[in-house]
Amino acid sequence: MNGLDIGWWGVPIAIIGGAIRVSTPFIFVSLGECLTERSGRINLGLEGTLVFGAMAGYAVAFHTGSPWAGVAAAALAGMLFGLLHGWLCSLPKVNDIAVGIALMLFGTGIAFFFGKPYIQPVAPDLPAIPLGWWTDIPQLEAALRVNVLFVIGAILAFAMAWMFKATRVGLIVRVVGDSTDAARAMGLDPNWVRLWSTAAGGALAGIGGAYLSLYYPGSWNEGISSGQGLMAVALVIFARWNPINCLWAALLFGGAGALGPALQSVGVSEGYYLFFAAPYVLTLGLLVATSSPTQAISGAPGELSITK
Amino acid sequence: MIDDRQFNRRGFLKSGASLVGLAAAGSLLPLSAARAAPLTVGFIYVGAKDDFGYNQAHAEGAAALKAIEGVTLVEEENVPETVDVQKTMESMINFDGASLIFPTSFGYFDPHILAMAPKYPDVRFQHAGGMWSADKHPMNVGSYFGYIGMGQYLNGIAAGHATKTKKIGFVAAKPIPQVLLNINSFLLGARSVDPTITCQVIFTGEWSMAVKEAEAVNALADQGADVVTCHVDGPKVVMETGAGRGMFLCGYHASQASLAPDKYLTGAEWNWAQVYTEMVNTMLAGETIPNFVRGGLAQGFIKMSPLGPAVSAEARAQFEATQAEIMKGGFAAIKGPLKDNKGNVIATEGQSFAEDDVALESMDYLVEGVVGSIS
Repeated sequence: MNGLDIGWWGVPIAIIGGAIRVSTPFIFVSLGECLTERSGRINLGLEGTLVFGAMAGYAVAFHTGSPWAGVAAAALAGMLFGLLHGWLCSLPKVNDIAVGIALMLFGTGIAFFFGKPYIQPVAPDLPAIPLGWWTDIPQLEAALRVNVLFVIGAILAFAMAWMFKATRVGLIVRVVGDSTDAARAMGLDPNWVRLWSTAAGGALAGIGGAYLSLYYPGSWNEGISSGQGLMAVALVIFARWNPINCLWAALLFGGAGALGPALQSVGVSEGYYLFFAAPYVLTLGLLVATSSPTQAISGAPGELSITK
Repeated sequence: MIDDRQFNRRGFLKSGASLVGLAAAGSLLPLSAARAAPLTVGFIYVGAKDDFGYNQAHAEGAAALKAIEGVTLVEEENVPETVDVQKTMESMINFDGASLIFPTSFGYFDPHILAMAPKYPDVRFQHAGGMWSADKHPMNVGSYFGYIGMGQYLNGIAAGHATKTKKIGFVAAKPIPQVLLNINSFLLGARSVDPTITCQVIFTGEWSMAVKEAEAVNALADQGADVVTCHVDGPKVVMETGAGRGMFLCGYHASQASLAPDKYLTGAEWNWAQVYTEMVNTMLAGETIPNFVRGGLAQGFIKMSPLGPAVSAEARAQFEATQAEIMKGGFAAIKGPLKDNKGNVIATEGQSFAEDDVALESMDYLVEGVVGSIS
C-alpha cells in the first residue's frame, strides 16, 4: 500500500465505500421485509433471522470450506424462520407483530447458543469483484471492491419491482396484501400466499446475515448485528414499500453510517457521537419532510396491521 | 417488602444447606483434616467468553482457577452494564453461594457494584480497572488492573519501526482513562523510534460494534495509516480488516497472531491466570485480598505476544531493550517535556509519570501527535 495523502477526499470515498460495504445487509433484509409486508404481514423477527443466518452461514462455510454453501445454508435457515412465522400467524387470532418479536429473541438466542464454537475459527470469505481496477488511487480501489451479493441485491431490487408490477405472482401478492376479501373472492388462499411471502422474505434476510459474517465485517461474533435487521424493517416504511426505493434507502443508510469514522479520520473529531447518529437523524428528517398531515401513508398495503 | 421475605427464606435455605454441608464435611473430617473451606467464585463478562479479546483474557484466567481444589466456578457472559449485572450478582450470591465475585467490565463498578457491596458485606467484589478509594467505597470492594499501557508502548516501538507512511492508527471504543493511556503510550512508543510519527485515533463509542470497527479501520487505511492497533472488546474484526487492507497489526487483550501471522507484529496481552490464582489462594488461606492491586510486565500481570516475522532485527533490539527496562519496574512512558494535542503542558522537563503513578488512572488528554479528540 502506498501512502497517498488524499485528505478530505477520504470523506466522499469513505461514504461511497461505506454505502457499498455496509448497505448489503440492509438491502436484503429490507427487500425480504418488503415482500412480506406487501402480502399483508409484518415480520419483525428479521433481526433474529439475520443473526441466525450470520451464524449458520459462518458455521457451514467453516465446515464445508465453501462460502457459497454458507450463503445457501443461511438462506435455508432464514426460510425456515419465515415458515415458522408464517405458520404461527396463520393460526386464528395470532398477532404478527407479537410473533415477530418472539422470533427475533428466539433467533438471536439460538444463534448465540449454537454459535459458541464458531467465534474463534476463521471461515473462508465471499469473493469480491475489483471494480476499481481502472484507478491508481489505492483508497478508491479499496472502496470499489464490490461483493457479488451486493450486485445480486441491487438486481433483485429491480427484479422485485418488476415482479410486483408486471407478473401474475406479483399481482397475487399485492391483492392478498391489499384486501383479504378480494383475494378470497378471486379464489386465492391468503394464508398460503403470506406463508410463502414470509418464507421468501426470511430467506433474503438470512442471506443478509451471511453477508455480515462472510464478507463484511467477515467474522461471526455475538455483536455482529448492530440492529441492521430492525432498521431494515423501518427502511421499508421509509421506502414506501417500493423495492427500488429500498435499495436507495439502504445505500443512504450505509453511506451515512460511514460518515462518523471518516470524519474522525480527517481530523473532524469533536462530537463524534453526533456523527454516529447521522443515519437516524437523516431518517427522521426525511420522514418528516415526506409526511403529509392530510392523508395516510401512501403505498401501504391495505391489510398491514400497523396501517389498518 | 416482598424482597425481604424472599431473602429470609433464601437465607434460611442457605443456612440449612450449609448445615448439611457442615455435617458432610464433618463426616469427612478424619479423612481430610487440613482441607480448605470450599469457595465459590463468580465471573461476569460483558461479552462472549471467547471473543479473542478482553472477555476471553478474563475467562482464560478464570479457567485456571478450576485447577485449585475446593473452588467452584460460576460464570455468566453477555451481561450488560445495566441493572442486569446487579441481578446476576444477586443470583450468584444467593443461589450459587458465591463469596468472591469478579464483575470484569469497567461499567459494572458505578453504580452496580457500589449498590451490591453494602447489601452483601460478607461477599468480596473484585473489579477490573475501576478506581477504588478507601474514603469513598466499601471495604469489601477491591480494584485490580495491569499496566497494559506499557504493552501498548512496546506495541508502539514495533509499529514505529514497521510504518513507512509515518502514520499509525488506533481504533478505540470509549475515551476512558485506560483507553487514553493506551493510545498515548502507543504513539509515544512509536515516537521513541521516530518523533515525526503521528497516530490517528477513531472512537467507535461502543465496546463491541463490528461494522463500525471495520469502517474505522478502512477510514484509517484510506488516510494512509499502515499499522493499526485497537482497544475494543474483541479485536478480531479490526485485525482481519486491517490485514485485508495490507496494514501491519499490533494485538490487544489476547494474541490475535493466528488471524494474520505475516502481518502481526506483536501484541499486549493480559495474564490474568496468575493474578486470579493468587487472589483465590489468599481467600482460601483466610486472608484478605488488598483493596488496590496493580501490576505490570514485571509482576506478570501482562505479557507480550512473541514478535512476528515482519519485525526487523533493529526493531527487535529496541523492543527487547525497552522490555528489559520495563521489567525493572517504575518505567515512565509519559515524561516531560510533553504537551497534549491542544497545546497544554502535561509534563515539564524532568517531570515523569511512572507506570504505577495513580495520576495516570484519571487521564483525560491525548498527547501531541495523536490526531483525534476525546469528546
